[in-house]
Amino acid sequence: MDMSFSAEDIAFREEVRTFIADNYPRDVINSRSRGDMSRDDIMAWHKILAKKGWVAPHWPTEIGGTDWTISQRYIWNEECARAETTPLLPFGLSMVGPVIYTYGNDEQKKRFLPGIYNGTEWWCQGYSEPGAGSDLASLKTKAVREGDHYIINGQKTWTTLAQFADWIFCLARTDASAKIQEGISFFLIDMKTPGIEVRPIITMDGAHEVNEVYLDNVKVPVENLIGEENKGWTYAKFLLGNERSGIAGVARSKKAIERLRKIAASELVDGQPLIGDNEFVRKISEVEIDLSALEVTELRTLAAESRGQGPGPESSILKVKGTEIQQRITELTMEAVGNYAFVYAPHGEAEGGNAFVPGPEYAKGASQNYFNMRKTSIYGGSNEIQHNIIAKMVLGL
Amino acid sequence: MDFSFSEEQTLLRNTVQSFLQDKYDFDTRSKISKSADGWSREIWAQFAELGLLAAPFAEELGGLGGSAIETMIVMEEFGRNLVIEPFVETVVLAGGFLQEAGTDAQKEAHIPSLIGGETVWTFAYAEPQGRYNLADLVTTAKKDGDGYVINGYKCVVLGAPWADKLIVSARTSGGQRDADGVSLFIVDKNAAGVSTRDYPTVDGRRASEITFENVKVGADAVIGSIGKALPLIEKITDRAIASLSAEAIGGMKMLNDATVEYCKTRKQFGVPIGKFQVLQHRMVDMFMAYEQSVSMTYMVTLKLDEDDAERCKAASGAKVQIGKAGRYVGQQAVQLHGGMGMTDELNVGHYFKRLTMIDTQFGNVDHHLNRYSNAA
Repeated sequence: MDMSFSAEDIAFREEVRTFIADNYPRDVINSRSRGDMSRDDIMAWHKILAKKGWVAPHWPTEIGGTDWTISQRYIWNEECARAETTPLLPFGLSMVGPVIYTYGNDEQKKRFLPGIYNGTEWWCQGYSEPGAGSDLASLKTKAVREGDHYIINGQKTWTTLAQFADWIFCLARTDASAKIQEGISFFLIDMKTPGIEVRPIITMDGAHEVNEVYLDNVKVPVENLIGEENKGWTYAKFLLGNERSGIAGVARSKKAIERLRKIAASELVDGQPLIGDNEFVRKISEVEIDLSALEVTELRTLAAESRGQGPGPESSILKVKGTEIQQRITELTMEAVGNYAFVYAPHGEAEGGNAFVPGPEYAKGASQNYFNMRKTSIYGGSNEIQHNIIAKMVLGL
Repeated sequence: MDFSFSEEQTLLRNTVQSFLQDKYDFDTRSKISKSADGWSREIWAQFAELGLLAAPFAEELGGLGGSAIETMIVMEEFGRNLVIEPFVETVVLAGGFLQEAGTDAQKEAHIPSLIGGETVWTFAYAEPQGRYNLADLVTTAKKDGDGYVINGYKCVVLGAPWADKLIVSARTSGGQRDADGVSLFIVDKNAAGVSTRDYPTVDGRRASEITFENVKVGADAVIGSIGKALPLIEKITDRAIASLSAEAIGGMKMLNDATVEYCKTRKQFGVPIGKFQVLQHRMVDMFMAYEQSVSMTYMVTLKLDEDDAERCKAASGAKVQIGKAGRYVGQQAVQLHGGMGMTDELNVGHYFKRLTMIDTQFGNVDHHLNRYSNAA
């Protein structure tokens, strides 16, 4: 057992920190959240990292992975969070990318992996449907084979940033007579195909991040089927396992706690800084201790993974605890800003980006972030579903 | 001991309920909130016609002589319908100050137009450094001949964009946080030296930041005694807290009913999700949180005229209860509605946001735990 960093690790941290300081396009990207950014701004950092060869550390080395040790991956995440870089979109790099290099054929790898790696093609996720959320396998979108095409009909929902997407990876039912998990296939669909319509869903914080995607007689060439017909559930579950392990967000939460402490140092209660209020500081300490535990739990999971185990059902812990911590930090941040929690900060230019937003800079969007983060215990398999997974797969109940 | 409502009170509830059902459904409310003005002067006029704005005022002032219970009934129904219009600001706060401490001349000058819906009011009290401390005032009022000159800044003044008149707290003597030396003034919003910047709030309302620069008011603008207004402010804001508690239970009830209904109809894994015991217990906890909040709302409403310490404990106790319960019910209603609960389209998120802001308004759970603990 050893939790310390080696001399190589420390040198790596220096290298990474310098690289970010020299290359992060801070002048371009200054938006409060991803919901307010343009397509190019969201992708700017991705493209810089692709050029450097650091955009997909977890991929196999022969297709662009970095072969970093657990310590190095940890350091990389820490440094990105410390510099508050735009988070990379997971849909290509962490979701469909691994599915393609694990289950795709050579043509698919050649066709799609470079676009994902270089950030020239934007992906979105066609999983959830209005009637299939927690019970994803009950999805109804149908794909019917006609010659060298499938004809796909149905509706997807909660599709994050579909308004910018070039491609969607999509689960559809190819065998209605099979058991529900056994008749599903995994398709890659060009968003420019006739019959696809994207309609925005505005969330309660006022952001346009998610969408409905309607598929009306969408023609998809047979070569865009991943793996075997009716085996899509296997690939879908593989993808969800990867989604979960990236969801803990430890480094970002650490940074958010640091920010919260600074806010509490600026805010006053009866003329004294809020940070001097014992009750409030205890609440920060509590969430920080939870986060410390989660950090080591995540490192233990990564260590097991590097020995070729997992990510097993234990990774549900990362999802549950990680999202609870993220929610708690935004809740405390909203509490910290006091009366200015009332203020609505418009999203981007479309909503009047130059509108008057009173209060200190750090208070902007504090309660909107809190409202927005309620999604984290719902998406990626709700936290109730994660409890079911642990109960069944880990505890054997 | 009797927790039942009188016939008149039931009639009042039915009147408000059927009016809001007809004129203030969720779509209408959303349109009003998103309109240029952000509220409906027409609805306000109809509130006046229905006598809602007159309810708590004495009959000799043109009011209906209602008690705090009538206000509670109105606010509970407003909570169920997410009413935006500034009833608390105008009737409970400004009306409360005028009725409680106004001179006969002030009452005569201001209450009839308030009851008639012609004049809209709000209370400008919060300052950026002061957080929830009502005595922490940098805004000053200096004696100037017979009157006063006000200088300072008020933040997050809810309903101010719609208001014609403001009641402003300012320091006339003493140190920045002294209990002594706090005074209240009636200020015309269009008086020389008053400047406002308006903005929307996250719960679909509007607020202003207000700067006072050498604003001159006469001696007749003073409410209550100079330098002695803090106990009055505490008393009237406690009434506002009782009103917010009633609004909160209205909102919670809507969320609980909507959540139970949704869980009965939403099917996953072949069954309504309400069949899952873990969700059943969650909804039971939401129900209990609501019931406890109803109890605290009744209690504070019935204790508003007790002595200061008793009233203060009841108000802070209620504010803690509805702050915690509102948070729990709001969060769980969103969680159990899944992605739909996150949308702007469904009303659930709007109740959640309002309940969250009710916790912030007049001090959150932490603030009122301290106030309760310090009340003798």
